[in-house]
Amino acid sequence: MIDRALIGLEMEPFTVTAEAGRLRFFARAIGETNPVFVDEAAARAAGHPGLPLPPTFLFSMELDGPEPFAFFHRLGIDFARLLHGEQSFTHHRTAHAGETLTFTARVADIYDKKGGALEFVVRETKVTDAAGAAVADLTTVLVIRNG
Amino acid sequence: MKPLHDLAPGDELPALELPPVTRAQLALFAGASGDHNPIHIDIDFARAAGQPDVFAHGMLVMAELGRLLTAHVPIEALRAFSTRFAAVTRVHDRLTCRGTVVAVETVDGERRARFDLSVTDQAGEVKLVGGATVALSSI
Repeated sequence: MIDRALIGLEMEPFTVTAEAGRLRFFARAIGETNPVFVDEAAARAAGHPGLPLPPTFLFSMELDGPEPFAFFHRLGIDFARLLHGEQSFTHHRTAHAGETLTFTARVADIYDKKGGALEFVVRETKVTDAAGAAVADLTTVLVIRNG
Repeated sequence: MKPLHDLAPGDELPALELPPVTRAQLALFAGASGDHNPIHIDIDFARAAGQPDVFAHGMLVMAELGRLLTAHVPIEALRAFSTRFAAVTRVHDRLTCRGTVVAVETVDGERRARFDLSVTDQAGEVKLVGGATVALSSI
């Protein structure tokens, strides 16, 4: 069982820069062909300062911290028993290639169901820009199968 | 499809039918997404973990569902996007993404449409259910 004393734990904030090449690679991997996400000229023509981050990409940036799996290791989560239960994004504005964003994650909750056979970890992450303004809020629900 | 600012409850986005999931796609997505969990790309690891095979990242399926939105909605109008992963997506699964407007409402002085979203496979099994909120007044 995961130590319930970890509820409320804040991870060390880290910064990640969204790179245009990485956005194109991501677009190719998911089959995104909308030129706004792969072609700088199309992005600018649509009013963007650069390639916009596509939906869900902030989750990937959160995995790009200095220790990508620090969160999982800190909680002692075993990948072989890990499932992604839920994921949500609330956007305050669109972020673009070249921006450096700060990710601050905390353990919002840990609970279990079925007599401990399933444990749930709720992680909430605030994403802010270089000026400290809110860009997005992410909530991740992880499921650990103990059965 | 009618213009976004005319959307009303019950309106559906044109369904997005995806090609079968391939191992190559899972490997590409592992690199592109930064999610290197071996359960998605290493069959030896997956079998040792009690799985019959590697399976898709939930976030790959969510990102593909995101294409249903980006095909019709400017990215700057996306206010919220959420999903619950209901079942594992396996190699060779053929997925279909669907979205239906469930409400049009004014929030924070902005007209917004709320969508129910789903991803199902060739057998009709629901892989993912979710929702999105899109600003209409800024379009």
